[in-house]
Amino acid sequence: MSSISAGRVLPSSKMIRLRWWREGAIGIAVAWLGLMLLVVIFADRLAPYDYAALDLHHRLAAPLGLGGTIAHPFGSDELGRDVLSRLAISIRISLLIAFGATLIGAVLGITLGILAAHFRGWVEQVILGCVDFQASMPFLVLALAVLAFFGNSLLLFVGLIGLHGWERYARVTRALAMSANEQAYVIAVRQLGARPWRVYLRHIMPNIASTLIVTMTLAFPDIILLESGLSFLGLGVQPPLTSLGNMVGYGRDYLTRAPWILVFPSLVISLTTLSISLVGDWLRDRIDKTLS
Amino acid sequence: MARFIAVRLARALLTIAVVVTFAFVVLRASGDPARALLSPETPAEAVEAFRKAWGLDAPLWVQYARYLFAVVHGDLGQSMRDGRSAITVVAERIPVTLMLTAPALILNLLIGIPAGIYAALKRDSIADRVVMMVAVVGFTVPSFVLGLVFVLAFAVELAWFPSGGAGGWRHLVLPVITLGLGGAAVLARFSRSAMLEVLGQPYIRAASAKGVPWPRVVTGHALPNAAIALMTIVGFMVGNLIAGTVLVESVFSWPGIGSLLVVSVASRDLAVVQCILLVVAAAMITTNVTIDLLYGMLDPRLRELRSGRR
Repeated sequence: MSSISAGRVLPSSKMIRLRWWREGAIGIAVAWLGLMLLVVIFADRLAPYDYAALDLHHRLAAPLGLGGTIAHPFGSDELGRDVLSRLAISIRISLLIAFGATLIGAVLGITLGILAAHFRGWVEQVILGCVDFQASMPFLVLALAVLAFFGNSLLLFVGLIGLHGWERYARVTRALAMSANEQAYVIAVRQLGARPWRVYLRHIMPNIASTLIVTMTLAFPDIILLESGLSFLGLGVQPPLTSLGNMVGYGRDYLTRAPWILVFPSLVISLTTLSISLVGDWLRDRIDKTLS
Repeated sequence: MARFIAVRLARALLTIAVVVTFAFVVLRASGDPARALLSPETPAEAVEAFRKAWGLDAPLWVQYARYLFAVVHGDLGQSMRDGRSAITVVAERIPVTLMLTAPALILNLLIGIPAGIYAALKRDSIADRVVMMVAVVGFTVPSFVLGLVFVLAFAVELAWFPSGGAGGWRHLVLPVITLGLGGAAVLARFSRSAMLEVLGQPYIRAASAKGVPWPRVVTGHALPNAAIALMTIVGFMVGNLIAGTVLVESVFSWPGIGSLLVVSVASRDLAVVQCILLVVAAAMITTNVTIDLLYGMLDPRLRELRSGRR
C-alpha cells in the first residue's frame, strides 16, 4: 500500500518523531505490564494487611495526599479494609483468571481449528457452524445465561470466560493449518510417514505460533474486560474473594463519599487493557500484518 | 436473488433452533428442576407428583418436543419473581432499552465512521495518531468505568444531569454517551483500516492516474467500496451494543432489558433469562439477515459466491 494513494507523504523527520513517540508509548506499556506481573507474583508480600482484615475504627479513610495517613496509603473501604492490600490481591486474582481463561480459549480453539483443517467435511462444517453461532451472539449475554442456569463457582466462572474468544483461534488456526497442509515441508514430513499429531504439533505449530501469540495478545484485553464486567455486576468472582471488577462494583455505593475505593481498581483495569492492546498492535505490525 | 434470500432465511431459522436447543440443554444439564425448586425435605411421593405434573418423568426427547411446541406457541413460562408470563415481563422492557440503544447506535456511526475515514485520508499525520490513540483508549476503558467517571463528573460534581433512573431526556444523556463512545472507538479503528485497504487498491491508483480530482476519487471510488466492508461490522456493533447495554443500564439504574437480565440472573429467574436469550438471539439474527440482504444488493458479486458457500 503506497502512501501516495492516501494523499500525502510525510517528511521523514516527522515520521521519525512519530515512531519515537510510538516506541516510547510501547516502552511505558511494557513497563506497566512488568509492574503488574510483579504484583501478581508478590501480591501477598506487597499487601501491608490481610486483604480481608477489618479495621472498623478506620472506615472510609482517605488516601495519602487527601488527608489520609501512611497507615492506609490508598485509603480504606466501608469496613476499614486496606484498599492497597485489596488492590494487590485483586490484581493477582483478575490477571490469573484472565491468564487461565486465555489458555483455555486458545487450547480449545486451536484444537478445533486443527480438527477442522484435518478432517474437513462435516466435522469442519459443524465447527464452522459453532464459530458462526458464537460470533453472532454477544458473549456477555450467553455467559450471564449460563451463570443463571448453573449458579456460580470460581471453576465454572474461569471455564466460562475461557469459552470467550475460542472462535478467533479456531478460525485463524484452521486457515493457517489448511494452507500449511499444502506446503512442501508438510507434504515431505507426511511422505516420510509422520503421524498427523506429530505433523501438527512438531511441524505446523512452530510455524504458525507467532500468529497465534499475536491473536492471544489481542484477545487478552477482552478477557479482562469480560471478567471485570461480570464481577462488577456481582455475578463473577464472589466475596470473600476479590477482583478488580468486584472492587469497582462495591466501591460504586461509596462513589461520592469514598471515590478512591473504585478509582484505583478502575485505573488498573484501564491501564492494563490499554497496555496490552498497544503491545498487541505493535506485535501484530511487527509479526503479522494480515491479522486485524 | 430469491435463492440467496432463501439460504439466508434458512440459516437464520437454524440459528434460532440452535439457541432454543442451547437453552433446553443448559437448563436440563444444570440439574433436576424438581430438586432445584422443591425443598430437600419434600416427601418422595410429592416430588414424583411434581415431576408428573410438569412432564419431567417423560423421556428427554418427549420433553424436548413439548418444550419446542411451547416455544413455537410463544409460551416461555412464568417469571418466578412476579408470576406474570416471562414474555410480558421482557416485552415491556424492550422499548425502554431501545430508547438507549437506538441513539447510541446513531452516535456510534456519526462519530466512528467520519473519524476513521478522516484518519485514513490523513494517514500517519498527527491527526491520525490522535484519533487512533483516542480510539484505543476508548475501547480499552471498560464502559462501566467510563459511566462512573461521567456520574462523578457530570452528576455529582457539576450536577448537570441525573446520576441514574429513567425520566426525561436528561436521564438519557449520560448513558447514551457512555454507550456511544465505546462503540465509536471500535468503529473508528475499523473504518480506518477498511478505508486504507480500499485506498491501496489498483483502481484507486488508476482513477488518480487518469486525472480524476482526489476528492472525487474519495467520494466516487473509495467510499462506496469501503461502505461494503463497513456493513459487515454493523452486526458486530449491535452485539457489542447489547452487551454494553447490560453494563451501562446497571451503572445508571436504567430499567431496561439489561437490568432485568442482571436481576433475573442473580435471582435465577430462569424463564425470564431464557426469554431474554431468545429476544437477543432474534435481534442479532434480524440484524445479520438484514445486513446480508443489503450486502447482496450493494455488491452483486457476493450473491452467487455467498449463497454457494455452504
